[in-house]
Amino acid sequence: MKHAEEYRDGRLARALAARIARAAAPAARYHFMEFCGGHTHAIARYGIEDLLPGNVRLIHGPGCPVCVLPVGRIDAAIRLAERAEVTLCSYGDLMRVPGSRGTSLLRAKAAGADIRMVYSTLDALRIAEAEPKREVVFFAIGFETTTPPTALAIRLAADKKLKNFTVFCNHVLTPSAIQNILESPDLRELGCVRIDGFIGPAHVSTVIGAEPYAFFAKEFEKAVVIAGFEPLDVMQSILMLINQVNEGRHEVENQYGRAVRRQGNERAKADVAEIFELRKSFEWRGLGVVPYSGLRLKSSYAAFDTERRFGIESVSTSDNVACECGAILRGAKRPTDCKLFGTVCTPETPMGSCMVSAEGACAAHWAYGRFRDRAREVS
Amino acid sequence: MIPKTYRRKLDIRNGRVELSHGAGGRAMTHLIADIFYEALDNPWLRRGNDQAAFDVAGGRMVMTTDAYVVSPLFFPGGDIGALAVHGTINDVAMAGAQPLYLSASFILEEGLALADLKRIADSMGAAARTAGVPIITGDTKVVERGKADGVFISTTGIGVVPVGLDLSADKARPGDRVILSGTIGDHGVAVMSRRQNLSFETEILSDTAALHDLVAGMVEAGCRSLRVMRDPTRGGLAATLNELAQQSGIGFRVSEEAVPVKREVAAACELLGLDPLYVANEGKLVAVVAPDAAEAVLAAMRAHPLGREAAIIGEAAADEHRFVQMTTAFGGGRVVDWLSGEQLPRIC
Repeated sequence: MKHAEEYRDGRLARALAARIARAAAPAARYHFMEFCGGHTHAIARYGIEDLLPGNVRLIHGPGCPVCVLPVGRIDAAIRLAERAEVTLCSYGDLMRVPGSRGTSLLRAKAAGADIRMVYSTLDALRIAEAEPKREVVFFAIGFETTTPPTALAIRLAADKKLKNFTVFCNHVLTPSAIQNILESPDLRELGCVRIDGFIGPAHVSTVIGAEPYAFFAKEFEKAVVIAGFEPLDVMQSILMLINQVNEGRHEVENQYGRAVRRQGNERAKADVAEIFELRKSFEWRGLGVVPYSGLRLKSSYAAFDTERRFGIESVSTSDNVACECGAILRGAKRPTDCKLFGTVCTPETPMGSCMVSAEGACAAHWAYGRFRDRAREVS
Repeated sequence: MIPKTYRRKLDIRNGRVELSHGAGGRAMTHLIADIFYEALDNPWLRRGNDQAAFDVAGGRMVMTTDAYVVSPLFFPGGDIGALAVHGTINDVAMAGAQPLYLSASFILEEGLALADLKRIADSMGAAARTAGVPIITGDTKVVERGKADGVFISTTGIGVVPVGLDLSADKARPGDRVILSGTIGDHGVAVMSRRQNLSFETEILSDTAALHDLVAGMVEAGCRSLRVMRDPTRGGLAATLNELAQQSGIGFRVSEEAVPVKREVAAACELLGLDPLYVANEGKLVAVVAPDAAEAVLAAMRAHPLGREAAIIGEAAADEHRFVQMTTAFGGGRVVDWLSGEQLPRIC
């Protein structure tokens, strides 16, 4: 804990804020996207925007795995859980995510489906071992950080020759999503969004390393600073990004050196490669269909693939038409630009993906930052 | 000659609650006598009536009722029995009242170990005696296995309010000070640490405690300057401040640095992805006090063992949006919103 407190020191924050204010050229405007929900949450939770000059704007990206999971996949999981023989194991943050027609895992559970909250893939594996008559399905979601634990569970299940354990794989890839944002018409053609640089993922980068971002830095001429999730990490990475922009550099810098190595975690990458392969495309809530952005189980592990075992077809279901999540995730709009925000769409009754998880841009703004809107109204 | 009936003692060590223990026959009488009378003994209970009769004082009385369904039944620093006594005493005490009597009703699940039931009843007896608030009437029901979770307890409490005192959640005014009696999050984290599939090693104990003695000292020091008191149980400090803001039509401005959190609790919350502001407490109170009396009330609290770490954590402010706003230790600002959904199930 002492370790964490060092990265939340208010005095250091004020000193960094002063350095940021000095570094930011008064005439310039700086637009940085933090890709990860973990950063979005830290920014809102600690009030970091209050410590930045007015010409430094943070855009909240799509890096929240719960937020980007499409409705069709939630519906598929609910249909699975409703089968009498199935026990669906899920991380807690998926329980309240709305499917279509007002359904959710929590509601399905109340109606009698056997849905259990687990804290790790190994909990699900233990349930499968303890209850051999149940078809145990693990609802796997997440970016590169959560994929290795899923791979481990599948390997253990194979070693133990378990016949009643499968994985409903929804793992997605960070670099594909960043590329999708950078290639969106808002950015490339219409010019209505500007992104000068990225606050790069923390935990994801511990696995994939710094290398995958080099392409964006070079090809799209964007500054990238990989940053830890603590508030001082975020502040320092903003200072590094401003310096890159001022000096006209487009490099991948690593602020999170205490955890991220350039080549990432080779062993975790090998474990993932052993079990998973790329899907040709995968749907993201808010971004739509993104090529080569998701993983599925290789055919050699087909016995552990929920989709093959139960013949699941993904049906694409659209969000509410008034929902601006797509534009918010690409940085084209702010939460308050959406008609639904704070009216019909709140954390209790989320309509769109950004309100679904505490790491989503809308939920973070609603829960931590909405007192600022009033200040804006007044001024 | 009719032989004298031999009454077999309840096998507390190995026995379990059976449906017959709730059926109104001899088995039920034995259960009540061997466990509840034994543990909770007092003159009112001993008379064995379906109700307890007592004299009433003049003036205003308060009455409150609460159900306890915590899982697991035993956790570091307490159990469901102690909780059922403390929680209801505290709800009476938050009116500034002196608690007088409690009632308790038990819903037992068939199969509950009698040893566990005895441990819970003994713990209630001890808590009631320490607090000086006897449990003077009660009821027991047994339901089939699977229809409850071990034991559910409901307690009702009554008390008298000192003359001249009228605390209410709609009385906070801009400028009033907010005082918190000690560290937050201890109870919720202690319970979580013993949850199935989550157990972790910790030395954190639940803060479960009866607060009426602390309150008596505050009433003496502050009396008419006390606006409202509330114990931040489910939903934690965040929920309590939002409730008070809503009911009084004001906002609160709180400083994160002023809110005491134990290091171990902060570390456990960090690990579990929880915010201590939303984690339950069972032996803490929040008081809103007129500014001129705040220091006197704070001093009275700090003089009491249950208020040693009391602190002024912020103040009430005029705010039509009724926001609870916090200056973070980091230096930025944030809203402390209502909890959405549930952070942890069944903590009390």
